[in-house]
Amino acid sequence: MNDPVDVLIIGSGASGAAVAWSLADTRMRILCLEQGDWPDSARYPSTGRDFETRQFEDYAISPNRRGLAADYPVNDDDTPIKIANFNGVGGGTVLYAGHFPRLHPSDFRVRSLDGVAEDWPIDYRTLEPFYALNDRMMGVASLAGDPAYPPKDSVVPPLPIGRTGELMGGAMNTLGWHWWPSDSAITSREYEGRAPCINLGHCGHGCAQGAKASTDITYWQEALRNRVELRTRCRVSRIETNDDRMATGAWYFDANGEEVFQPAEIVVMACNGIGTPRILLNSASERFPDGLANSSGQVGRNLMFHPYALARGRFDEPLEGFRGSRVFMWSMEFYETDPARGFLRGYCYQFTRGYGPVVTAVNGMADGVVPWGEGHHDAYRKLFDRQAGLVSICEDLPEEINRVTLDPRLKDGNGIPAPKITYRLGENTLKMLDHSLARGIDVLKAAGARDIVTRSPLPYAGWHLLGTARMGTDPKRSVVNEWGRAHDVRNLFVVDGSVFVTSGGVNPTSTIQAIALYVADQIKARLHDLFD
Amino acid sequence: MTSSTETAAGMEDVAGPVLSPAQSACLRLLAGMMIPASADYGVPGADDAVIFADMATTIGRDREALSRTLDSVEEAAGGRLADLERTDRAALVDRLRARDPGAFAVVEAVVSRAYYRDDRVLKSLGVEARPPFPKGYAVGQGDWSLLDPVRARGPIYRDAG
Ligand SMILES: Cc1cc2nc3c(=O)[nH]c(=O)nc-3n(C[C@H](O)[C@H](O)[C@H](O)COP(=O)(O)OP(=O)(O)OC[C@H]3O[C@@H](n4cnc5c(N)ncnc54)[C@H](O)[C@@H]3O)c2cc1C
Repeated sequence: MNDPVDVLIIGSGASGAAVAWSLADTRMRILCLEQGDWPDSARYPSTGRDFETRQFEDYAISPNRRGLAADYPVNDDDTPIKIANFNGVGGGTVLYAGHFPRLHPSDFRVRSLDGVAEDWPIDYRTLEPFYALNDRMMGVASLAGDPAYPPKDSVVPPLPIGRTGELMGGAMNTLGWHWWPSDSAITSREYEGRAPCINLGHCGHGCAQGAKASTDITYWQEALRNRVELRTRCRVSRIETNDDRMATGAWYFDANGEEVFQPAEIVVMACNGIGTPRILLNSASERFPDGLANSSGQVGRNLMFHPYALARGRFDEPLEGFRGSRVFMWSMEFYETDPARGFLRGYCYQFTRGYGPVVTAVNGMADGVVPWGEGHHDAYRKLFDRQAGLVSICEDLPEEINRVTLDPRLKDGNGIPAPKITYRLGENTLKMLDHSLARGIDVLKAAGARDIVTRSPLPYAGWHLLGTARMGTDPKRSVVNEWGRAHDVRNLFVVDGSVFVTSGGVNPTSTIQAIALYVADQIKARLHDLFD
Repeated sequence: MTSSTETAAGMEDVAGPVLSPAQSACLRLLAGMMIPASADYGVPGADDAVIFADMATTIGRDREALSRTLDSVEEAAGGRLADLERTDRAALVDRLRARDPGAFAVVEAVVSRAYYRDDRVLKSLGVEARPPFPKGYAVGQGDWSLLDPVRARGPIYRDAG
């Protein structure tokens, strides 16, 4: 058995890193167990001539494709949207694009405002200071004054919108729409030892420049300096409990495959919206027969993804192509509910640049705009460096039938049951996807695009993993309380995307981290009566 | 650029055999049909010896799916795709692609990954043959005054607390 620690954090991604850093100033003994390894930026695809090949290999977004020792398989046969993640220090932030919008104030009040789903037990104002703190820790590039949000400060200047942004922005001006440069977790200038973005165009497969704020190079560097211990290649299988219905620590498989028990006073789950319910369900025992912290039956339920629709076209003039940050501009024109649209809630648009030489060919052939044989070269040259488009990020409403369970057969390399995803698109979401595609085509046409191609829902875009251990004041309807503590286990906390009550219609990581910082703050403020 | 060698025995990279000789031959034929050489653009076809040798290193995790597709093409050709007349070959491949675009997407990916990183091809596209890092690229700021009408419209969010 290992020496006991005060706080055991499981998972070192977006939320695990933030909570570790924040708790470090308590001087408690803090340990984080991470199943993967430290990423090695010298091996990121953009460092090699074969950068477009390698993005489909060890840095592929699907854990099932990567199949590395750090990865656990996910049975995603029963969902039209397939799972994407990264398992290693930094978690999903190693591969994320860094699009960094906050939720909007209305997102926390969906039942009161729109009569759907449930209100959150916290609101925008509760999270505001933590959003701001997180923006500083991550070095977020933004332009102050976005009329789609309450006022917020800018940490570093926005990333360039380039010629692509001018075209799209101009088109939206003719339509009278909102648009703004995106808040991006990519620094535009030297910031806290990080080098500025040099437009590698490869944010989604690891940033070799270190401009993108993955938590291995942001929070973790400071947390380690503050004596937090991070143990890699340690995969937790289950949380142990005692007769007082308290967590006593966790069992994990170390790098040698040995099963070890790690005792702890406090356990914090930060394994993401799939990894966390997986471990809670796998921690079923005589005391907790339906899985840990699951007296509500809500663990694993209400899985939300943010279904994406994509539209892109080709333009008559050369644009940035694959050069430049993948994220640079958003529109919140259709974010707030308008019942006249035939659905409730809304979505944002994230604008996209073109692709590298290989992916232009692969997509062009898949979309039927680049033929085989005769005509290949002409069609390709019309496309290459002349493409741009958008994706819509649609709010997914919580539904109990959309869920994570344990697969009865599939297991990871340590014999731990793999998660099984059961998910279908709801009626409201389908209407929203259609609306977003139709309006997306409008803006592309207004910008002068030709040969517009679409995909909806985007099948590989299961990268926002939310809702499977949701927050609430009612122990019968939620898994954790309004400050992240499990209703059923008074020393167990959840800080990752699982706690989302609703998904909002924006990328979630800024909010995931703000919640992690807020929960850490609550733990610190309540240290003396934390378990009451 | 490549650690692969094309041998009479088939395609292999440093890790060993990637494709059987029959699969290799079939892939090379398909590569040439997909991306033929072009005198107008001064580029080789994807069945060019150097590009095809490089292809062994771009198969990676697609090996199984690629092998399955190549085997099914050979089978549909009644033995060897190479034995069909040129027009029959094209007609067969068109039919198979229409029937199972997903399977052919793997062939397209493997071929494109080798073809569109070849120095000669990149040069003809006006792309520098180098990795993105560490030099990076220049991207213009864009015209920030385009935001004036967005600002003029004022707040659009619901102030819900
Ligand atoms: C390709 C891609 C693009 C994305 N783009 C964006 C974007 O632009 N904007 C945005 O907001 N979000 C984006 N995301 C999503 C973003 O990465 C996630 O929202 C975020 O990382 C989730 O944070 P988390 O703390 O909940 O979990 P994660 O960051 O996923 O971290 C979980 C960690 O827990 C570890 N773990 C899991 N199970 C165990 C176990 N049993 N034992 C030990 N360790 C374990 C994992 O290895 C992982 O490191 C993207 C994701 C991907 C994959």
